[in-house]
Amino acid sequence: MRLLRIVPDDTKFDFMRFRRISFPISALASILAIALYFFMGLNFGIDFRGGTLLEVRSLSGPADIAKMRASLTALDLGEVQLQQFGGPSDVLIRIAEQPGGDTAQQAAVQKVRAALGTDVEYRRVEVVGPRVSNELLSYGVIGLGLAILGILIYLWFRFEWQFALGAMLANVHDLVLTLGFMALFQIDFDITSIAALLTILGYSLNDTVVIYDRIREMLRRYKRMPMPDMLNASINSTLSRSIITHVTTSLALLALYLFGGTAIHSFAATMLFGVVLVGTYTSIFIAAPILIYLGVGYGREHGRESDDEKKVRP
Amino acid sequence: MFFYTRWKAAAIVLTAFVVCMCAFPNFLSEKTVDSWPKWAQRHIVLGLDLQGGSHILLEVDSNAVRRERVESVRDDVRRVLREARVGYTGLVVRGNTVEVRIRESSSMDQALVKLRELSQPLGGVMAASAQRSIDVAVDGTLVRLTVTEPAIQERIRQSVDQSIQIIERRVNELGTVEPLIQRQGADRVLVQVPGLQDPTRLKELLGKTAKLDFRMVDTSIQPEQAVQGRVPSESEILYSSTAPKTPYVIERRVLVSGAELTDAQPGFDQRTTEPIVSFRFNTAGARRFAQATQENVGRPFAIVLDNEVISAPVIREPIIGGSGQISGSFTVQSANDLAILLRAGALPAPLTIIEERTVGPGLGQDSIEAGKMAAYIGAALVVIFMIATYGLFGIFANIAVAINVAMIFGVLSLLNATLTLPGIAGIVLTVGIAVDSNVLIYERIREEVRAGRTAVNALEAGFTRALSTILDSNITTFIAAAVLFYIGTGPVRGFAVTLGIGIMTTVFTAFTVTRLIVATWVRWRRPKRVPI
Repeated sequence: MRLLRIVPDDTKFDFMRFRRISFPISALASILAIALYFFMGLNFGIDFRGGTLLEVRSLSGPADIAKMRASLTALDLGEVQLQQFGGPSDVLIRIAEQPGGDTAQQAAVQKVRAALGTDVEYRRVEVVGPRVSNELLSYGVIGLGLAILGILIYLWFRFEWQFALGAMLANVHDLVLTLGFMALFQIDFDITSIAALLTILGYSLNDTVVIYDRIREMLRRYKRMPMPDMLNASINSTLSRSIITHVTTSLALLALYLFGGTAIHSFAATMLFGVVLVGTYTSIFIAAPILIYLGVGYGREHGRESDDEKKVRP
Repeated sequence: MFFYTRWKAAAIVLTAFVVCMCAFPNFLSEKTVDSWPKWAQRHIVLGLDLQGGSHILLEVDSNAVRRERVESVRDDVRRVLREARVGYTGLVVRGNTVEVRIRESSSMDQALVKLRELSQPLGGVMAASAQRSIDVAVDGTLVRLTVTEPAIQERIRQSVDQSIQIIERRVNELGTVEPLIQRQGADRVLVQVPGLQDPTRLKELLGKTAKLDFRMVDTSIQPEQAVQGRVPSESEILYSSTAPKTPYVIERRVLVSGAELTDAQPGFDQRTTEPIVSFRFNTAGARRFAQATQENVGRPFAIVLDNEVISAPVIREPIIGGSGQISGSFTVQSANDLAILLRAGALPAPLTIIEERTVGPGLGQDSIEAGKMAAYIGAALVVIFMIATYGLFGIFANIAVAINVAMIFGVLSLLNATLTLPGIAGIVLTVGIAVDSNVLIYERIREEVRAGRTAVNALEAGFTRALSTILDSNITTFIAAAVLFYIGTGPVRGFAVTLGIGIMTTVFTAFTVTRLIVATWVRWRRPKRVPI
């Protein structure tokens, strides 16, 4: 049987040449993402904004959303959103946080239950009060910060500080782009999204670390090879692994996205974007070349290469 | 050395086998597992998002606890000074402080001795700390008694502990399987009840303080006049529990409180066949109730629940037996609930629901189906891709990943961990990532082969060189998972758990199982070249 070779064995692609394109592209994309974040805003879910979410299924065929909306608007509960969710008989209802604290939230749910009557099945009811939503938001932000700090310290111990900093810059850029993606498609931003962001952070770094590991190994073995050549050689020699791993991860995530059910749909979508699209690109085009700017291997360009080193040059 | 000694190999196989076997009880019926010894009864618990149920977070009203604590100090001051026959004026509560002015400066010393006795050392007599429950300050004839913050915190902690016990009794009456009730932080209680179709009744049982009092109705004034604003100082206006809300003037003094009840049962009135709740007092309560009813024949008294009047019957004859019944437009359900609440006892302070997440059993079942589907398809795709890319070694990788997943289930069972839908996603993701360790190893082997090494040499170099990379790259993800575990609750925590365990089993299988499989194959076939 002939085995699949996604990346030919003797690939010698000059990735470093692209850094003059990839850095401006990334800068532009990051600015765009931040602009999206500010102009469209994140679609905060009830975890962070407080309020009520009900997923109901009409027991008598397709749901009459217009009628439901009319009867719920009559309750005078402020902002009420209805949206078809999954099948034609499933409706997602979002009710903004009620003024008057936690007791008012519960009262609102009772009113909705009374208004919708017995014709619907309540598949999911979530009520988050103002204090809990504030705490969840601060937990989320603190969590992201802690994770970034923890990983930074770990990498600093395992590599030189330039590597730790480079990896962090590259992967914060991942997070910014993913947030932009979430703003663009107005994906519900809740505690599950924080889980997605942390996972993206973990896996993008995973990828970066694999390439860095190789760079470190080559830095020790080839003392005088110019830095861009060495980075190219490192990326090329791990390229096959990067691609194969991203194929398997995408396959798993794609299965989750398509078949995993409505509850983790946006979770899977965010991860697909972050891990597969952005993560791979970042490791190769940002995380590796950034090392040059951070001063790793400074002064190598002028050194003389041995014959042994010439062999691995692209 | 690339090959394992016989003992090491046996240890690896045994470890993997034992961990995998820990998942075994999950496939047996509950009955079979129940007959096992306790230590062996370990299995994965389905999260509320998969089996349906309610997650309710309650908060103790700490302001009420604080207020009650300070007011009880005020009552103590009044009692102590009266007993010592010390004249005083201006007994008031200001924030956490009770102020009182002693009339005669000559009785100051006596008053201070008595008042200082109110202050107790915190944490019992044996406590080493010098911290006391009340600070006493003197300003001329004015005495300020301030309840200290630690004393209030202590009281809040006690309130939460008591509330947990009472909630347990109430929830157990619902007859649900394995409810979870635990303290969260300083002033919160988490209640998780699986398999509830409608949490409305649960919430009603949790939300009621259930403070029951028997008090006299103040007949010196008509309620209509009292509502206008002339309420006697020893009485207050309370309204009926059922619509229309009619006012009653009720004496503040409590004849007998619900704490004196020993039993309460729902039933039916023999004459009217209306639902009622019958109750029984303990000895002290029965004596007090008998005395009160003897003294007040012909006058109405009120049964007050959470500051609402349930009923206000006229005492026709003394009630001496220590038992009685409450009737008051009950339905069968509400009579039953009141009986449950009375048996369980009153909460020390009101509880507020600050978070509720309920998943119906229908959605839970759908999520399980969807999760399984995604897992099977994701795994199948990865398996096929690995075989297409690495052939025989792809099959090795797939065997390693299968063992890996079985081990994840084993560890989850061992920890009695909760499996949620995001948790399933974590496992699916682990399948995608676990092959990464194999990919790292295989790609390294391919490189070493290209560099001109012999088959066994290339395999050995591939394994040893890839391992440090595998460790480094997995630790970063593990840090993310650990943080997620720390900040997340419910489903998200389930994701962190499977992700974290998945990383550990992945590193274990990559270091041992995969290598053992490849080494065994090399010994058996003695290949001249590596087929990858």
